[in-house]
Amino acid sequence: MTTHISPAMIARYADRGSDLDEVTVWSIEVHLEDCADCRALVAAGTTGDTGALLARIAAGVDEAIAAGPVPAPRRRWSAVPNRWLVWHLVPWLSMTVAVLGCAVLLQAVQPSLPSLVALLAPVAPLPGVAIAWSRRTDPAWELIASTPAAGLAILLRRTAAVLTVVVPALAVASSRTGVSLALTLLPCLAFTAATIALGAYIGVRLAAVGLGIAWALAVVLPAVLTAELPAVLQPGSSLAWALLTLLLAGVAATQSDNFRRLSSHH
Amino acid sequence: MRTVSAAETAPTTYPWAIHAEGLRVRAGRHLAVDGLDLALGAGVHGLLGPNGAGKTTLMRALATVLKPAGGRLALLGESVDSRADLRRVRRGLGYLPQQFGFYPRFTVREFVEYMAWLKEMPKTAVPGAAQRAIERVGLTAKADARMKALSGGMLRRAGIAQAIVNDPQVLLVDEPTVGLDPEQRLDFRELLRDVGVDSCVLVSTHLVEDVVAACTDVVMVNEGRLVYQGTPDDLVAQGSEGDPGDSPAERGYSALLRRHRAVTGR
Ligand SMILES: [Zn+2]
Repeated sequence: MTTHISPAMIARYADRGSDLDEVTVWSIEVHLEDCADCRALVAAGTTGDTGALLARIAAGVDEAIAAGPVPAPRRRWSAVPNRWLVWHLVPWLSMTVAVLGCAVLLQAVQPSLPSLVALLAPVAPLPGVAIAWSRRTDPAWELIASTPAAGLAILLRRTAAVLTVVVPALAVASSRTGVSLALTLLPCLAFTAATIALGAYIGVRLAAVGLGIAWALAVVLPAVLTAELPAVLQPGSSLAWALLTLLLAGVAATQSDNFRRLSSHH
Repeated sequence: MRTVSAAETAPTTYPWAIHAEGLRVRAGRHLAVDGLDLALGAGVHGLLGPNGAGKTTLMRALATVLKPAGGRLALLGESVDSRADLRRVRRGLGYLPQQFGFYPRFTVREFVEYMAWLKEMPKTAVPGAAQRAIERVGLTAKADARMKALSGGMLRRAGIAQAIVNDPQVLLVDEPTVGLDPEQRLDFRELLRDVGVDSCVLVSTHLVEDVVAACTDVVMVNEGRLVYQGTPDDLVAQGSEGDPGDSPAERGYSALLRRHRAVTGR
């Protein structure tokens, strides 16, 4: 509202004995709520009685505030949602980092072995992802499962938390052993996406276990026996891994409905 | 004081907050809810039934944690069958499971705020809503204590605080008075009546006395089916001196159960 109330109106409004009709009073009050200038005029126009009453109320309010509890300091609580996750994942993530460290050391001692870092990279995020979304490991799963936020979004948020530790660890390990960075990180992301995509059908935990075992039997074991890096991890395969990652991420995205409820297998 | 949003004053467009028709829900392989018909509006409804009657499975299905195996279920006028998008309905839900897990390192405030955030409340509204919910359950003095330091009764109250933090239109509480002392029980009944003035509250309990004291309506299930729905006074009227039980309400309860078992032959 741009037109202010006339001083004469304000004087009549401030005078308790005046004859203003209710509708006018209401429209004045609506204006006063938004206009500090007119409020100041009302305050200036009040009688001594009203001033004393207001002073008494102000003193009472001040007193009650002083007697009440101290206001809580403004907190940043956006960090809270991840606190459980961080504590819970610490042992798993430190184990993953330790295993990668051992792979780097072993590589230094035995350079003839096929790259252990490259062999371990796809399965490195799996323990963390499995823990991040499982009703066995999340104590509040039943509460969370009934909230609108439950679903793929939370799973992705928790997976991202896992990857922020695993990806740098892999990057360091690959640079120490001279393995191609793309052939370390792309399979890692592809397996993460595969876990989520498969998890939509059989549960994330089971998907992580299944994919880990399949990788160990199909690729790691033959590589260790033949002492040669398998074809899937040869330099030319980066593009295939990148495409696979995109494809699996797409599949996971279309299955978001399957994460809305924690059915018995999740 | 709190601003009332337009959504809160809008008239409801559905006759029942909870409406189940021929609802079937599995608990593992067992059909724990088997052909249940139920229609509940605003008020405090007490859910009674012997152990293994399917109360907890029913509560989980109503909380959209479990997917119904058959029949129809609508909450707040929206279908929550298998492929439904549950987000809108879940924003209007409050749920306290029988055994609710929590993150022991969280403070009560962090726990309630985390749940408010999962319920997709606006970020700016979260701290205020959490404080209000904590005050309503009488935990203000313990708001910044860690969850692991709370007694059983206080944990229960923290659980109730997270359930009501979003001012739910459907509040589901499973065995809420376990662990509360008599005085806290009275406070809790008053809180339920308060919430039940304009929301649908369903309280599952094995304490017949709780239902008579706090509820406007009694719902009784056995073997996964609705046995009886009526007022507490009517429940009392069902019993006679010869029926087992320490109070008129308990005698009414056991009379109804005995009659139902005689009819179904189990
Ligand atoms: Zn003005």
